[in-house]
Amino acid sequence: MSQTGQNDAFVEFERVQKSYDGETLVVKDLNLTLPKGEFLTMLGPSGSGKTTCLMMLAGFETATYGDIRLDGVSINHIPPHKRGIGMVFQNYALFPHMTIAENLSFPLEVRKMGKSEREAKVKRALDMVEMGAFGGRRPAQLSGGQQQRVALARALVFEPELVLMDEPLGALDKQLREKMQFEITRLAHDLGITTVYVTHDQTEALTMSDRVAVFNDGRIQQLAPPDELYETPSNSFVAQFIGENNTLEGTVKEMSGETCLVELANGAVIDAKPINVSGIGDKTRVSIRPERVEFNKDRLQEGAHLLKAEVKEFIYMGDMFRTRLSVAGNDDFIIKSRNAPDQTRLKPGEMIEIGWLPDDCRALDAH
Amino acid sequence: MKLTKLFLASTALTAMTAVSVAAEVENLTLVSWGGAYQKSQSRAYSEPYAEMTGMSFNWDESSSEAVAKLRAMSEAGNVTWDLVDVEAADAMRLCDEGLAVEIDPDEDLAAAPDGTPASEDFGDMIVSDCFIPQIVYSTTFGYRTDLVGDTAPSSICDVFDLEAYPGKRALAKKPIGNMEWALMCDGVAKEDIYDVLSTEEGQEKALAKLDTIKAETVWWSAGADTPQLLADGEVVMGSTYNGRLFSVIEEQKQPVAMLWDAQLFDIDGWIIPEGLSEERLAAVKEFLKFATDTQRLADQAKYISYGPARMSSAPLVGKHADLGIDMAPHMPTDPANAQNTLLNNYEFWADYRDDIDAKFQAWLAK
Amino acid sequence: MTDVQMPAGDQAQQDGPMLAADGTTLKRSLARSLRRRKIQALMLIAPLLLFVLLTFVAPIFDMLYRSVENSIVSNTMPRSTTLLKDWDSATGELPGEDVYEAAFYDLFLAKERKDHTKLGTRLNYERTGLSSMFRQSGRGMDKIADAYLDPLKDLDKDWDEAEPWLDLMGDADWVAIAKDARAEEAPNFVPNAEIVTLLPNTVEAYAEFQTFLKEEDPRKRLGREEPWGLVHIALFNDLEQTDVSAYSGPGADRLAEASQLVQSGTVDIPTFAMGFADAHDGWVNIEIWRTIQTYSPKATTGYFLNAVDMKLTPDGAEFRPEKERVYGLLFSRTIYMSLVITFSCILLAYPVAYLLSNLPLRQANLLMILVLLPFWTSLLVRTSAWKVMLQQQGVINEVLVWMGLIADDNRLALINNQLGTIIAMTHILLPFMILPMFSVMSTIPPSYVRAAKSLGANNWTAFWRVYFPQSVPGIGAGSILVFIMAIGYYITPAIVGGNTGTFISNRIAYHISSSLNWGLGAALGAILLAAVLLLYWAYDRIVGIDNVKLGG
Repeated sequence: MSQTGQNDAFVEFERVQKSYDGETLVVKDLNLTLPKGEFLTMLGPSGSGKTTCLMMLAGFETATYGDIRLDGVSINHIPPHKRGIGMVFQNYALFPHMTIAENLSFPLEVRKMGKSEREAKVKRALDMVEMGAFGGRRPAQLSGGQQQRVALARALVFEPELVLMDEPLGALDKQLREKMQFEITRLAHDLGITTVYVTHDQTEALTMSDRVAVFNDGRIQQLAPPDELYETPSNSFVAQFIGENNTLEGTVKEMSGETCLVELANGAVIDAKPINVSGIGDKTRVSIRPERVEFNKDRLQEGAHLLKAEVKEFIYMGDMFRTRLSVAGNDDFIIKSRNAPDQTRLKPGEMIEIGWLPDDCRALDAH
Repeated sequence: MKLTKLFLASTALTAMTAVSVAAEVENLTLVSWGGAYQKSQSRAYSEPYAEMTGMSFNWDESSSEAVAKLRAMSEAGNVTWDLVDVEAADAMRLCDEGLAVEIDPDEDLAAAPDGTPASEDFGDMIVSDCFIPQIVYSTTFGYRTDLVGDTAPSSICDVFDLEAYPGKRALAKKPIGNMEWALMCDGVAKEDIYDVLSTEEGQEKALAKLDTIKAETVWWSAGADTPQLLADGEVVMGSTYNGRLFSVIEEQKQPVAMLWDAQLFDIDGWIIPEGLSEERLAAVKEFLKFATDTQRLADQAKYISYGPARMSSAPLVGKHADLGIDMAPHMPTDPANAQNTLLNNYEFWADYRDDIDAKFQAWLAK
Repeated sequence: MTDVQMPAGDQAQQDGPMLAADGTTLKRSLARSLRRRKIQALMLIAPLLLFVLLTFVAPIFDMLYRSVENSIVSNTMPRSTTLLKDWDSATGELPGEDVYEAAFYDLFLAKERKDHTKLGTRLNYERTGLSSMFRQSGRGMDKIADAYLDPLKDLDKDWDEAEPWLDLMGDADWVAIAKDARAEEAPNFVPNAEIVTLLPNTVEAYAEFQTFLKEEDPRKRLGREEPWGLVHIALFNDLEQTDVSAYSGPGADRLAEASQLVQSGTVDIPTFAMGFADAHDGWVNIEIWRTIQTYSPKATTGYFLNAVDMKLTPDGAEFRPEKERVYGLLFSRTIYMSLVITFSCILLAYPVAYLLSNLPLRQANLLMILVLLPFWTSLLVRTSAWKVMLQQQGVINEVLVWMGLIADDNRLALINNQLGTIIAMTHILLPFMILPMFSVMSTIPPSYVRAAKSLGANNWTAFWRVYFPQSVPGIGAGSILVFIMAIGYYITPAIVGGNTGTFISNRIAYHISSSLNWGLGAALGAILLAAVLLLYWAYDRIVGIDNVKLGG
């Protein structure tokens, strides 16, 4: 999905900054636009500013500078309860002294909705998350997954157009998490809600989102759909942070349009695609995904530069083989290969030659 | 003077011999009221004795609840006090309960310098077989000289006269004294007070009189309250022990004066708790003989304005040890002060305390 | 899979109890392994348990016991109280001579043991005047006995001497030893065999006298102390019935003379009733005998009735006259004021606790120190400080007068009344409300209020519907703590409460330390304890004790 025009913008951050202590900025010059109906994930390590952004959007924090707009209206001075934004909290924040039905009824009550209408909506919302039978229970009597569903239902019951989720699946086990990931995206799409989702789990971000904003150091490093993010990271932080990644450090030796030659520390030369290197002599860090490394010469382009590698470890993972190599002084060079009948199983100690398509090897900044 | 010196020497001698008798006992625990009064006892009795004999003393400021504590100690079978300063009424109770040792005054106490036996020298002050009198004090009134207008109060009934002397009064939160004064000022003759007070009607009459000033009264339960209330100007007049008033007037130089009219005499003294070991008993009796002799009782009056309980001590009362003022005019027993007095009727109050106190407290609480 | 036939034995084992590896039943081996742990746990709490038992549980039971215990009457007057059981006071007649005689023996012995005044003090709680009556009657008992001794003494002074009695009563060999021996080593009394047959009662009374002497003071002994009046009375009774002319032992002449006198009938011995009437006119007052009869049983409800403004009379329990009722008033006032104090503590503590749990750590710590500051000063100092603040010439009044808010002659009465007690105690007990509130509030995550706001609740609704209900356990814990502490307070009310702001505890303290009516004090205490337990139970029923938290 590409960025849409100004008029379609539903949520807008414009030059937003945030500082808690007046000395350091937690969020630096944030610009972000979401169209209606988009599922956007803010991904990043802790302290990267993603939660702060969410809290500013929800109204629990105020921006130090800049403007946040919802549906074209600046909401900087609107208190949280008037923003009409649904929110799912990290620990669900279900009110422990109310039953599930009361929890769901709460946002409707404060909106002065009639009793019968309230009951109907609560029932519909609970049915939607398959929790219809639990209306009379207290949160403490539910499992984590059930509480998660209720929290979701509560955030949706008053039919907000924007829903914020702050690491909602962090406390669940893997299997449940995967199931919920699916359910949340399904609901969001079915109901056509705009969703801002915060997580530090990149798999979650990749599987759920329309677009992902990778945060680091108070800035968005890259804002892109998941496939783009994975395949064409625009800097070495994103490359490192998203998915598994092999890096080799070197210097740009030759540049010719779409490709360049990079000389590694040990003198070997490889092909790469220049992304953010400016010219010859630049220090660079090249990044290659483990599954794009090839050691079968037949499958490589003619004339491709090859690197010598020593097999250190071979791990059998069922559907995949994972092989650790020592390449140009890097002992943690990983290659992944599909477990196919014709696949070679490398043995530790074996000396091989590896290579890749120039497009798969991206020469990035050296930070 | 010569005689006194001779006497001093002789008591010192007897005290010396006493040490050998009770050699094992090296310290005594005395119980008193704390404050200036305990200090006066310490300076007049225990310090000189310690100097003479090497005996050391512990003081316990528990006299206000001595009866209860002694009863508890006796029940637990562990009496840790050697000599206890109590009011005469409490001495009677302790004696009644068998918690105090009976005393033979002529055997246990020193005779007067002129040879008068102790029983005669103390005379009527010995209100109980267990009681060794020490001082005569009185509960009387003090008033703020700057808050009473041109004519200072001169009669006890001025306390009940809110028109002539508007303002708050401080009275003790107990019936003793208050009931007597109320009846006196309600037209009951002094000699009839206890007859009247022993009837329901008389008690109601007294409470009715107190009712007239109830709203203007601050009720105290500690002797130090009234001096403080007077000093702060919280009350115009108030009752307390005469020694407390003395220190407000003469030591703190507050604008307060004494109203001696109808002062209620009371006696304070020692009792020896029952249950001491023989050695301790002997040691205590030796100390007691010293501490209640004519000179020692007169000495105490150097530090506090309470009258010695021995007749023979009265002529020896001199000047205040620190202030240098003549103490005799400040004694409750001084003829000028003792023109109209009441004596605490121990027998009566032993019978009526519980009954009248219950009624008094019920009246107070409403 | 083949079908395996299970042996019969195994089958039985399956049905029976589960067995552990060594063949014992599983239950038993589990119990064994748990027992070790239980013993360990018990050992760990043993010191505290013992401490609590000795310093808390035992005194409470002692108090409950004292509130009904009344054995002093029947222990001091065993003979007369037994006889009094059959006396019908409704006839309006005084007890018979037999009761007076029994009372004489009781009181004579009590007087010798100095117990009669104790009994007087006890009965004076129930009927005014009994204290002096018993004290004075001690001497009266001697007088009654003197009526027997005096005519004998007139015959021969030796009847009032110690040694002649020893010679008369004792076996000759024993007398020889007894006279020389030191008191501690003196052998027990051996009576003269002839005298035993002639004067059995006298010998018995004399032997009793010896026992009494030994008990009272081991240094005293027969032959040094003149026998007490009971011996003279016994001699009189013996001589009335016996012919002693055959006796020729020591003191035979005196005895013959005395016998003659007694049998001549010329001696005028008054009845015991007359003697008692002489001793104190209370003894011929039927009401006093009824009081003694009413309080004869070893346990009494009297103290409890007193504690609820009633009175145990010979005609049963009845209310005291209106003017003497004070405890009901004090109980209800204590509870009412404790509730007011608890409520004002809630009002003042809640915002502070809220602030404490929501401020950044540094500021919260500073505030916490301010909250705890009062704990570092003595209770007495704090209460006295309130006195300085609140009195009419005190700081608050001075400031108000200075500001012109009140007239100088119309200063506020802030102390020596209920208001003073409420102010001072609210201040003193405030930390006990703040701390449990704080510990509960600090466990309420801020996300709840945020969630409420995100769901559309304004600040007040979010607080009232979401935050407040979760802080209720803290309020409950604080309230119970403050209320129970308030209900038993007595120092502060005594100092600042005047006459309308005092609590029931002040009366309990009075009865424990001043009036020494421990029974009544114990009964009041027991009622207070019951009231607290009742309130605790009610709280549990209404709010639920599970809802009380002292911390997360």
